[in-house]
Amino acid sequence: MLLQRFLIRLLTMAITLFGVAVVVFIVIRVAPGDPIAMMLPPGATDADIARLRALYGLDKTIVQQFFIWLSGVVRGDFGTSISLRQDVLGLVFNRLPATLELASVALVMAVAIGGTMAILGARERGTAVEAGIDIASGAALSIPDFLWGLVLILLFGVLVPVFDISGRVSPQLDLPFATQFYLFESIVRLRFDLTRDLLAHMLMPAIALALPLAAIISQLLKQSLKEVLDLDYVVLARVKGFSETQVILREALKNAALPTLTLVGVQFTFLIGGTVIVERLFSYEGLGNMAIDAVINRDLPLIQGIVLVFALLFVLINLAVDMMYALLNPRLRHG
Amino acid sequence: MDEARISRHGSRARLWLAGGWLLIALLAAIFAPLVAPQDPLAQDLMLERLPPFWLGGAEPGYWLGTDSLGRDLLSRLIFGARIAFIVAFAAAFAACLVGSTLGLIAGYFGGWADRIISRIVDVWMAFPPVLFAILLVAVLGTGLSSVIIAIAVIDWTRFCRVIRAETMGQSRMDYVENARIAGYGRIGIMLREVLPNVVPSIVALLSLEMGIAVIVEAILSFVNLSISTDDPTWGGIIAEGRLSIHQAWWVLVFPLVTLILTVLSFSQFGEGLRARFDPVLR
Repeated sequence: MLLQRFLIRLLTMAITLFGVAVVVFIVIRVAPGDPIAMMLPPGATDADIARLRALYGLDKTIVQQFFIWLSGVVRGDFGTSISLRQDVLGLVFNRLPATLELASVALVMAVAIGGTMAILGARERGTAVEAGIDIASGAALSIPDFLWGLVLILLFGVLVPVFDISGRVSPQLDLPFATQFYLFESIVRLRFDLTRDLLAHMLMPAIALALPLAAIISQLLKQSLKEVLDLDYVVLARVKGFSETQVILREALKNAALPTLTLVGVQFTFLIGGTVIVERLFSYEGLGNMAIDAVINRDLPLIQGIVLVFALLFVLINLAVDMMYALLNPRLRHG
Repeated sequence: MDEARISRHGSRARLWLAGGWLLIALLAAIFAPLVAPQDPLAQDLMLERLPPFWLGGAEPGYWLGTDSLGRDLLSRLIFGARIAFIVAFAAAFAACLVGSTLGLIAGYFGGWADRIISRIVDVWMAFPPVLFAILLVAVLGTGLSSVIIAIAVIDWTRFCRVIRAETMGQSRMDYVENARIAGYGRIGIMLREVLPNVVPSIVALLSLEMGIAVIVEAILSFVNLSISTDDPTWGGIIAEGRLSIHQAWWVLVFPLVTLILTVLSFSQFGEGLRARFDPVLR
């Protein structure tokens, strides 16, 4: 049952990724402007251009180009970046950890902020506290990450300058890292001075990304909690003498969390999508920031590679959430 | 009962506040040449980075101050509202038309139509939207129509998903079955019976989408990929403000406040309208 569900999901995942590959390929190929002409100095001859076109495979038909590219992708060869003249996969792997770390910190913050608001709102249901939480989460939800980022830059970068507003890490620091997972490595190596510097750079973009998601978690979880709190077993726990907070944390949360979990999965992909512009805003050296440069430089192989990696990330998250849901939901587990 | 009345009052107040701001902004956009105190493009290096009127060093006639080229900020915001509203209306209606149509078809007919449309939606959802928008505008070339097309191409799925689900729910209702027994055709039922019942959702989504379109336009301007660089846009002003943030904070603050108010108003206006239209909530 579970295995069958997993295999079907895997198949639809492959179809979705194939669709993404087709769409991005078509979009990029109809682009006016010759990327090859932009690479060469003004005096280049037609023979030079033809040679370079052949080198990047641009002299073949679009369908041929697509399948050459796709067969490369399947083997892990995403081609060579035109603007940076390096292997696309290498470039992507170099930047992806920065984005993953940012998104993970943002997710943790969203769950922490949203969860706290939901529990507080459910405990104080029907009071002014709940109304205040509703208003706060409504505003947090309506304002997108881009605007939150700008608000935070003004508040904590200019008005009360407590955080750095650009970059991933202070440039004067010596980095002893072997991988690009700076934050993770700084903790493993017990270099907490670097952890602090990294977090100081990450905090504002992470909050900007986290706030809309925190609002959704708060609204949805609070709703489920309120429903669960009227059920018999919760009432029984209350009769046994547990305090309301204990009742919520020990009894209600477990069952109320499931609907929220599925939604958080989809919303987490939106959060990762948001890193593109938020990274730009804070000059954070992640994948999204590089993607915008790639578009501006018309670096076709790099754009294709980055879009596909984002898409892969999205479908993997959805798969993980789907599987987690199936494992946690007793109805599906035994069905 | 009391709670319902309070929430109805609240929703009416929201509707009026949001609608009021949008009306002011819309009127300012339409009559921009009449209400703007200065020429939004006029540069004057003698007047660079003037602060807003309540601070020392302000010049009369430049209410919100000037940017680093001496251009009047208020006038640029007013003219920027034109582009914001054109993009909001055009892009949202285009996305709505495509998405609602496909959602209605998928939800009402089900089967293969639904499978194909849902699969396309899945593919679309696997793109990071902002990156997709930037890519499309880069491909189509900068300009107003490119921005509108890009937003519509990306955001139709928002309408499609909601309308599909709603149509599915409506299609199972008795009145649809009755219409079928009465001998109405399938397309007739879809358009005459089901469509009117999903209109409240469409209206709410439309308003929400207008707010999103304004943001996307601002983001595109921010990365310098929107309209030509001459025309003032909110995002363009924000990009300038971000650069001169330590010398002239007002160049960032005022367009940011304008954007936030506009986005909040669009989403609240949509919610308010939905509450008005929805027979269950009413």
